[in-house]
Amino acid sequence: MIIAVASGKGGTGKTTVAVNLALSNSNTQLSDCDVEEPNAHIFIKPKIKNKELISIPVPEVDKSKCDGCGRCQEVCAYNAIAVVNKKVLIFPELCHGCGSCGYFCPQHAIKEINKEIGSVEIGKRDNLLFVHGKLNIGEAMSPPLIKAVKKHVNPARVNIIDAPPGTSCPVITSIEGSDFCLLVTEPTPFGLNDLILAVEVLRKLDIPFGVVINRSDLGDKKTDDYCSQENIPVLMRIPFKREIASAYSKGISIVEAFPEYKKDFQELLDNISKMAKQNNRR
Amino acid sequence: MKQIVIISGKGGTGKTVITGAFAALAKNKVMADCDVDAADLHLLLKPQIKERHTFKSGATAFINKELCTQCGKCVEVCRFDAISKDFVIDSVSCEGCAFCSFACPVNAITMEENVSGEWFISDTRFGSMVHAKLGIAEENSGKLVSLVRQRAKKIAEDEKSDWIIIDGSPGIGCPVIASLGGVNCALVVTEPTLSGLHDADRVIKVAKHFGVPTKLVINKYDLNLEMTKNIEQYCQDNNIQLIGKIGFDKAVVEAMVEGKTIIEYTDGKAKREISEMWDRVEKDIH
Repeated sequence: MIIAVASGKGGTGKTTVAVNLALSNSNTQLSDCDVEEPNAHIFIKPKIKNKELISIPVPEVDKSKCDGCGRCQEVCAYNAIAVVNKKVLIFPELCHGCGSCGYFCPQHAIKEINKEIGSVEIGKRDNLLFVHGKLNIGEAMSPPLIKAVKKHVNPARVNIIDAPPGTSCPVITSIEGSDFCLLVTEPTPFGLNDLILAVEVLRKLDIPFGVVINRSDLGDKKTDDYCSQENIPVLMRIPFKREIASAYSKGISIVEAFPEYKKDFQELLDNISKMAKQNNRR
Repeated sequence: MKQIVIISGKGGTGKTVITGAFAALAKNKVMADCDVDAADLHLLLKPQIKERHTFKSGATAFINKELCTQCGKCVEVCRFDAISKDFVIDSVSCEGCAFCSFACPVNAITMEENVSGEWFISDTRFGSMVHAKLGIAEENSGKLVSLVRQRAKKIAEDEKSDWIIIDGSPGIGCPVIASLGGVNCALVVTEPTLSGLHDADRVIKVAKHFGVPTKLVINKYDLNLEMTKNIEQYCQDNNIQLIGKIGFDKAVVEAMVEGKTIIEYTDGKAKREISEMWDRVEKDIH
């Protein structure tokens, strides 16, 4: 089973929910797909056992073979190749690695070289398996790295995916293929606005979902109203407590600081399993 | 004319609250909301839309079933697994590279331009604002950010504005990089947590990588005074100006619920601290 934790708005508590879910069950794997700003490791403190460098293919031109015909520029949809005075200029940061330029070069002058964009680290803490990706500073494109993290999803485990904020490509890449998605929100106008966007994403991807309301006693009631109007199950409420915020600030999970919450997260996981199964039968 | 972008690395640290407050405090300015995939600034500034434009970007492959001979060339060349064995394009996976359309021996594949979102020029009670809405599950947010910034710059030039105030997005990837280029200052908003500092450090490195001067503000600094101390030390060690500290103030959420900036809502602590910070921004950023 794969459970993604997403949000739309940043800072609502995705990592908190993902980490505490992962720590509440003995057969879980946590995959942190927020490769731009991975934080789950701060709370899990895993022992990292393996590290893989992740690269994307970008073109390199063999000047001795190139006759400057410009075919590569013509087929590149991303403006990553410019041919000026029969000389080929390549902008690797715009390249999506589709391979089209090399395939169509009549002189076979283009080969692909690997450009490192980040790394995937694999480790564990006790029974919990842990994977995360780290995008290199200055790199723009995270989806290939997110895909590399997701290759480690372990079918024998309950997989928790910590997704990045937003609604665009990195989020889609992270949550695609999940059996269920938890949307973590806070009951403020910003939280609700972005929750509505996230709900649209999940409906488009046809992934079943439910909501966790964090800092549930701040803000207003409109998030609850929205969820009941739209028939979206609110699966958990976490009140604002200075002690929870303080533990968070030091990198301590809720279930470690307040073991009485473990039961709530186990129940949340059970509910999700049931809902995901029902949906698979549908 | 000076440009300031408010970023954070980690989401939810208070970028939009501070951008909204700056919009109320700065005198002669244009606002640009560059968090195009989860925009929130409009909730505080309530823009009256004057111009609405579609944002076209990228393309998706379409297979003409009548021409297709099912030879399989397209499936073979596609690196994004976007074409199924029965020759159906998955529009979410398709990156619009057009490799398949060039490779198809019978020209059965065409590329159709995507409408990926909308962008707007609006009036607000604080001046002009350029903002956008990326379509659900769409790509090219960096391109849309660049477009919003270009338009804001044009308006600022026409209106002879002193400031462009840019609300950025979380993370360190494509939209953040697009929002950083050519600004006079990136103001990084963090919170006194390990995650906040970890993420601020990464985005500060990105700003440095692109040669953008950065300043830091600690929001809700009093929620963990020890972490606040660590962040102050971090600023000293890395030669970054700590331009403000804002205390936790429930009025921030109350103002948001009312659809107001904190400057309009109270005379409390957070308002005073943000106002003082703006004075320093005006003085220190050249």
